[in-house]
Amino acid sequence: MTLLSLQGLTKAYPGVVANDDVSFDIKKGEIHALLGENGAGKSTLVKTIYGLVNPDAGVMWLENNIFAPAEPRAARAAGVAMVFQHFSLFDALNVAENIALGMESPPPLREVAERVRAVSDQYGLPLDPDRTVGDLSAGERQRVEIIRCLLQDPKLLIMDEPTSVLTPQEVDILFQTLRKLSAEGTSILYISHKLEEIRALCERATVLRMGKVVGGCDPRETSARDMAELMVGSALQVPEKPEKPFGDVALTLAKLSAPAPHQFGTALRDISLSVRRGEILGIGGVAGNGQDELVASLSGEMKVAREMVQMGSEPVGHLPPNARRARGLCAAPEERNGHAAAPDMTLIENALLTGNTRKKLSLRGFVKWDSARDFADEVITQFDVRTPGATSTARSLSGGNLQKFVIGREIMQNPDILVINQPTWGVDAAAAAAIRQAILDLAAGGAAVIVISQDLDELMEISDRFAALNEGRLSDPRPARGLTIEEIGLMLGGAHDLEVAHVDA
Amino acid sequence: MIILEKRANPSQVWAFATPVLAVVLTMIVGGILFAALGKNPFVTIRTIFLDPLFSEFAWFYRPQLMIKGAPLVLIAIGLSFGFRAGVWNIGAEGQYIMGAIFGAAVGLALYPMELRLIFPAMVITGAFGGFLWAMIPGLLRVKFGTNEILVSLMLVYVAEQLLASMALGAMRNPDGMGFPGSRNLAQYASATSWINESAGMHWGVVTAFIAVIFAYVTLARHMFGFQVRLAGQSPRAAAFAGVNPQRLVLICLGVSGALAGMAGLFEVAGPAGQISIDFNVGYGFTAIIVAFLGRLHPVGILLAGGLMALTYIGGEIAQSNLGLPGAAIQLLQGMLLFFLLAVDVLTNYRIRIGGTA
Repeated sequence: MTLLSLQGLTKAYPGVVANDDVSFDIKKGEIHALLGENGAGKSTLVKTIYGLVNPDAGVMWLENNIFAPAEPRAARAAGVAMVFQHFSLFDALNVAENIALGMESPPPLREVAERVRAVSDQYGLPLDPDRTVGDLSAGERQRVEIIRCLLQDPKLLIMDEPTSVLTPQEVDILFQTLRKLSAEGTSILYISHKLEEIRALCERATVLRMGKVVGGCDPRETSARDMAELMVGSALQVPEKPEKPFGDVALTLAKLSAPAPHQFGTALRDISLSVRRGEILGIGGVAGNGQDELVASLSGEMKVAREMVQMGSEPVGHLPPNARRARGLCAAPEERNGHAAAPDMTLIENALLTGNTRKKLSLRGFVKWDSARDFADEVITQFDVRTPGATSTARSLSGGNLQKFVIGREIMQNPDILVINQPTWGVDAAAAAAIRQAILDLAAGGAAVIVISQDLDELMEISDRFAALNEGRLSDPRPARGLTIEEIGLMLGGAHDLEVAHVDA
Repeated sequence: MIILEKRANPSQVWAFATPVLAVVLTMIVGGILFAALGKNPFVTIRTIFLDPLFSEFAWFYRPQLMIKGAPLVLIAIGLSFGFRAGVWNIGAEGQYIMGAIFGAAVGLALYPMELRLIFPAMVITGAFGGFLWAMIPGLLRVKFGTNEILVSLMLVYVAEQLLASMALGAMRNPDGMGFPGSRNLAQYASATSWINESAGMHWGVVTAFIAVIFAYVTLARHMFGFQVRLAGQSPRAAAFAGVNPQRLVLICLGVSGALAGMAGLFEVAGPAGQISIDFNVGYGFTAIIVAFLGRLHPVGILLAGGLMALTYIGGEIAQSNLGLPGAAIQLLQGMLLFFLLAVDVLTNYRIRIGGTA
C-alpha cells in the first residue's frame, strides 16, 4: 500500500535543475532510502515533501489525496515529520522545554515530560526530559529531535543524514528505533550516502543523480558496489593521468593528533602521511569526520606539536598561519563566508587577508593598498570572478564566484604546498572544472596539493593518491589509479574502521 | 508588514546620515520631554545646542568646549579600537581615575622641584596607570575567559574607592588645613597641563588631536588597523589571516587604558587641578557614547566629542538659567546613543513596507 507518491516533481534554480521529473512511491511502513552524491537533489526533494520548497511542476499524493504543503506546518499537520541534519535546539533549556517550544499548543510542561518519557520508553530511546540540552551528546540531541517528531504521530518520518554525527553505538540504537517504527506502520525516508548502513537498514532505495531518478533497488540484495555505480554513474572512472615522476617530499604529517577544538569538533588521531612535489593527495570522507580540524592544523589556525607537521625537513607544527605562508604553505578552508573571506570587506581587503605575507602587500606594517588592489584584480581576471569590481564586498558575490576568488587568491600566491577543503562545494559545473584545472596546473608546476572533498568524482579525477578520513583517523593513502569503487566504499564507509571506533567511543 | 532586507553592500549615504538623523530625533523627543517638564522646548533646545556657540557669553563657553571635548575624544579614540575588534572596555572611567592618580603621584612627590621633565614623566606614568588598570580585565579574559565588560566596569568602582582614599589620605595636601584633596597641580608650573588657560588650551587637547590623526592613519593604512576591523567582523577569518586573538585583546585594552589614563592625568593637572574625591565627572562613560556616535571613526569621534561637549556645557547653562534638572541632560545624552543604535539598522538593511513574507 502506497503512503506517499511523487509524480514528476521538478524544481529548477537559476543555473541548475535540482529535481528533474522525479517520481517514486513510498509504501506504508517501509524504510526507503534516498541515495545520491552531494548535489544530486536529495535535499531539494525532501524540502519539497516537507513544504519548504514549492515544486515548479509535478504532484504529490499522500494516502490518495493531493498533497501540496505550502509550509512545514501544513506538512506536519498531514503527518510528515522531519529530523534535520542540523539540530534546532536551545542549549540553555531542558529537553521538555525544547520539545514544548516546538509544539503548536503545548500542554503543561509536566505533561510534556511524561509523554517524552513514555515515547522514550516505548521506542528504546533513552532520554531524560529534565536534562539540559547543552549537556547532551550529539546522539542525545538527535533523540530530542526524533522524539519531538514522534510526539506528532507521523505517518512519514524523514531523516536527513542522521548518522553523520553519531557514534556506532548510537547508530545501533537509532536503527532499532527506526525498525520498530517501521513495524508499527510508520514509513521512513532515509537519506544517506553511507551504503553499508543503507544495506543494513532499508528495504528499498531510490537513487538520484543530477536531479533525476536513475534507478531503484533492494539494498539488502544489491552490493554496495552496484549502488555506488548507480549513484555516481559510469563517471567514477579514474581519468588517465600521464605517469610523471614526483619530486621530493614537501609535506609530512607524523602521527598528527589533536583534541577536538570544541564540543562538536572531531579529535584528530594519529594521522600520518607525506605528499611529494607535483602530487595531489585526495582525502575523502563524510563531513564532520575531522576535515575542518585537519585543515586548521595544516593552515596553522590550530597549533600542534612541532614535529607533527613538517615542511620538507623543517618542523612547523607550532607555527602560526603567516609563518607557514612565508614558508610556502597556503590553505583554503571550506566555509567561504566568514572563514576564508570576511563577508563585509571588499575583495581588495580580502586579497590582503591571506596575500599579505607572500605577495608583500605591506611595508613596515603599512598596507600598500595599490598592490593589494592589483593583486585582487589579478585574481579576478585570472579566475574569471564575476563581479562589478574589486571594491565589491565578498558577500555580494555568488557562492561560486567567491569560491573562485578564494581558491584563486591562494593559487596566485604560488605556494609550494596547497591545502583545499571542498574546492567546488556549491559551485556550478563550469566553475568547478576551472578550479580543478587550476589545481592540476599548480601540481604540474611542482606544488604538493591536498584536496579534501566529499565529492568522489572530483577526487578520482584529480588525485594521484586517495585516502579516507573517518572519525579523525586517516586510512593509508593508496594510488588512485585502479582503485575500485568497492575499495573506496570500504575506505569511506569505515566498515573496517568500526572496530577501532568501538574501542574508544 | 514591515520587512528588513539586508543590503548587498552597506549604504554609504546612510552611514553618514544616521548620526545626523539620531541628533535630530534626540532634539525632537528631548523637546517633548522638556515640554512635559513645563519648559519651552524650543528655548531649551536652543540653550543646549546653540547658546554655547552663539550667545553673548560664547567667548566664555567656546574654550570650555575644548576642555570638555578633549578627554572625551581621547578616551573614545582608544575605545574605538577595542569596540571595532569586539573587545568591550566599559571601564574607561576607572582607567581615567587610575591614570590621574598615578600621574599626579609623580608630580606631588616631586613638589616643589621645578624641572621640565616632570610633566612628561607624569604623562607617561598616567598612561601607565590606565594601561595597568586595563590589563586586569585583559589578562583575566585571556587567561581565564572572564567577561571584560563586567570586570572593567566593576574596576571603576574599585578605582573610585581608591581615589577617595587618596584624596583623604596619602595625597592630601599637607598645607590644606585638613580639607580633602591634593595640592593644586595646575598652579605647579612644572606639573600643569595648561598651555593657555583662557583659551582652553592644554596638552590634553593637543594629544586628542594627535590621537585622532594617529588613529585615522592606523585604521586606514596599517596592518594593525586592518586586523582590528577583521577581528570585529569575522573572528574566524581573522584567525585564518593569522591574527592572534589574545594579543589583540591585550593590545586593544592596553591602548584604550593608556589613552584614558593620559586623559585623566591631563584633567587632574589642568581643569580639575587636584586629586579630589569626585574630580572625575563620568567622561569615561560618556566617551562610550562618543565612540559610537562617531561611528568608531576617528573624524566622526572628533565631531561627536564636540557635540557631547556641547550638551555638557549647554546642559549646565540650561540648569542654571532655566532650572532644568541635571538628570534631564543625562537623559538627553543617553537618548542620543539609543537613537543612533536604532537608526543604525538603515545602514545595513533597507526597509520595505507591505508585501508578504
